[in-house]
Amino acid sequence: MYPIVKKRILAPGIKLLEVKAPDVARKAQAGQFIILRIDEPGERIPLTIADFNREEGTITTIFQEVGYTTWHLGQLEEGDALLDFVGPLGRPTEIENYGRVVCVGGGVGVAPIYPIARALKEAGNEVISIIGARSRELLILEEEMRKVSHELLVSTDDGSYGHKGFVTDLLVRVLQEKKVDRVWGIGPVVMMKAVSEATRPFGVPTIVSMNPIMVDGTGMCGACRVSVGGETKFGCVDGPEFDGHQVDWDLAVQRLRMYRDEEARAQAFHQEKRGGCQCR
Amino acid sequence: MSMPVSTRKTPMPSQPPGERIRNFSEVALGYTEEMARQEAERCLQCKKAPCRQGCPVEIDIPAFIGRIKEGDFAGAIEKVKEKNNLPAICGRVCPQENQCEKYCTLAKKGEPVGIGRLERFVADYQLSQGEVEPPALATPTGFRVAVIGSGPAGLTAAADLARMGHQVTVFEALHVPGGVLMYGIPEFRLPKEIVQREIDYIRRLGVEIRTNSVVGKMVTVDELLESGFDAVFIGTGAGLPYFMGIPGENLLGVYSANEFLTRTNLMKAYLFPEYLTPIKVGRRVAVIGAGNVAMDAARTALRLGAEKSMIVYRRSAEEMPARKEEVEHAEEEGVEFHLLTSPVEIHGDEAGWVTGMTCIRYELGEPDASGRRRPVAIPGSEYRMEVDTVVIAIGQGPNPLVLQTTPGLELTKKGTIAADEETGATSREGVFAGGDIVTGAATVILAMGAGKKAARAIDAYLRQKGEKGNG
Ligand SMILES: Cc1cc2nc3c(=O)[nH]c(=O)nc-3n(C[C@H](O)[C@H](O)[C@H](O)COP(=O)(O)OP(=O)(O)OC[C@H]3O[C@@H](n4cnc5c(N)ncnc54)[C@H](O)[C@@H]3O)c2cc1C
Ligand code: SF4
Ligand code: FES
Repeated sequence: MYPIVKKRILAPGIKLLEVKAPDVARKAQAGQFIILRIDEPGERIPLTIADFNREEGTITTIFQEVGYTTWHLGQLEEGDALLDFVGPLGRPTEIENYGRVVCVGGGVGVAPIYPIARALKEAGNEVISIIGARSRELLILEEEMRKVSHELLVSTDDGSYGHKGFVTDLLVRVLQEKKVDRVWGIGPVVMMKAVSEATRPFGVPTIVSMNPIMVDGTGMCGACRVSVGGETKFGCVDGPEFDGHQVDWDLAVQRLRMYRDEEARAQAFHQEKRGGCQCR
Repeated sequence: MSMPVSTRKTPMPSQPPGERIRNFSEVALGYTEEMARQEAERCLQCKKAPCRQGCPVEIDIPAFIGRIKEGDFAGAIEKVKEKNNLPAICGRVCPQENQCEKYCTLAKKGEPVGIGRLERFVADYQLSQGEVEPPALATPTGFRVAVIGSGPAGLTAAADLARMGHQVTVFEALHVPGGVLMYGIPEFRLPKEIVQREIDYIRRLGVEIRTNSVVGKMVTVDELLESGFDAVFIGTGAGLPYFMGIPGENLLGVYSANEFLTRTNLMKAYLFPEYLTPIKVGRRVAVIGAGNVAMDAARTALRLGAEKSMIVYRRSAEEMPARKEEVEHAEEEGVEFHLLTSPVEIHGDEAGWVTGMTCIRYELGEPDASGRRRPVAIPGSEYRMEVDTVVIAIGQGPNPLVLQTTPGLELTKKGTIAADEETGATSREGVFAGGDIVTGAATVILAMGAGKKAARAIDAYLRQKGEKGNG
């Protein structure tokens, strides 16, 4: 069992759990993910590592309640424990001194971009970070991001904080003003696609972190297939990071919809049993 | 004594096809005591016992069958367990028709003795008698061995090493041990409770099993060796699914057999929504391939509610690599066999869901390297097949996670580990390997055999190392 040692509510529907998993924490690096299962009937879900503490032996995950499993996860409290927690999985971010880099995080995607920005800064890069959310109350990790960036830009869709509009508006502005050597974009698939399209005319290498449906996370099933540059890759072992200019985005969007009906069914079934699930 | 001996095997009681395709319970129900003794009567107790040559772990077949004949079931299982740690599993899944039963004297004139069925009978008999007492262990040696992977190869190596007095830790990537026995082979063919009981037995030998431990990610082979393990056995199997590389393979509704079976078996998708892992099965399911994996997928599809389940295979019935019994069971259950045909493209609708396949017909040409006649595509024979789910079961390769992170570990051209056939020794000192990771996808019993041989070799390696240390 893997005990939850800390829980925070970062924004409505966005929660942070710090989980004791010393073997995972020992090896975790920016860009990697874990797979967890709450209990015996539970499904295995991947979550990107938002932080790790090797001394304490803990892994921090941040997630948005979008379906039954993430809602259930959000109901757990400090002292509860997860049945399974495996990692670190996937390839770590390739951290080097590229020069000037931009880290773009959208919504809950700010969480995985945080350790990447930190590692890039430690490696000597000039880090410009752009984070965004639908509205101010949904914006997470602003202070943390400010600390690991030389410059932090913020946008909200509704203009309740920072620039009114999308992170890509700010990204294009930066690209127009400065020479940028590399861009990371993590967030919803539509946002990562938009980031990739925004950087393409500037010819700036752009790395995205794909979040396909997974089962094992070790290359054993192929559920996580993504098409990159016309080649089929396994998101869990070949990724999760890929060249955003090469990703087949339409396929990625399609594949994420595979179990939409079943998710609704599961939610309805368990909602009745547990009494209440506020997510959508 | 002079009971008329049938030329046919005592039939195996089983769930009727119409009933069983609506549940996941075991199909073959197992012999009763009477049936087992009747079948044991058929054995001629041949002096030379040709059947034994066909057994990869050299079970003393006439001896255990002789004890069944006498009604000494406890003695019979003891005899089997001298050579085989997992008889309840082997009795169910071994391809006996290519092994012991192929060489049985009776097979010359009629059906061979049902050796597999008898093995299963005595193993189940023992399990029904309550907890199995583990045998006495050798004096602890103080050596520690890490076993990577808990499929039949890893479990066998672990059990034997524990008996020899070594301290064994098994590292398993998934959340339950058992490998293919748990995630691949379906409940209706190999009940998971039986697998777990065999594994409990191995735990009671003192073996520690650490699940959720992906070697190559959480820890490397070199780190294991540095952290106090004196030897490592790699039994990571052939878990990497192959796809065909045809257009449309990433459409919604196309599964690898591994994913299809893992969702169903390991994650219990057949109990959805009680269990939370979903699976999507359409009305018309095509399974590409004709091995055990393909038969399991085709039969699983029926149980998940498919109206039609079809095996689509490039070669002819004769070349199908599946166990004979699995093919028969699939036929009884109404699985359709579309032979000498193979898809060249999968089609989908606007939302990306599979709607059909274009297939091309084949004919058999000259024998190829494997000795089987090579299938040759017939130009212009393309036709469309309406399906909404496609399961690709054309084979699996070695998973590279351990291999890529173990410098100096020599591989073969196929990407499997190059290991000595008799000892499992690899190019790295103290690192041994066996099972599908060495042979490519093979069988449970061969993986077990490799685990056994490697355990012996590891024991010898450690003792020689220890003497050196002491002297
Ligand atoms: C659906 C299906 C049906 C089959 N039917 C039959 C049959 O009827 N009869 C028969 O004889 N054979 C059958 N086989 C083949 C047989 O199951 C295999 O040959 C056998 O299981 C191989 O054993 P193994 O121990 O080498 O590997 P596996 O059983 O594959 O076990 C390997 C284990 O290693 C783990 N692992 C992998 N990588 C790592 C890592 N990096 N770190 C930690 N753990 C890791 C895996 O999770 C797995 O648990 C079937 C196979 C399949 C898939
Ligand atoms: S070959 Fe057949 S008949 Fe002879 S001992 Fe073996 S099982 Fe019995
Ligand atoms: S999640 Fe199964 S192969 Fe990637």
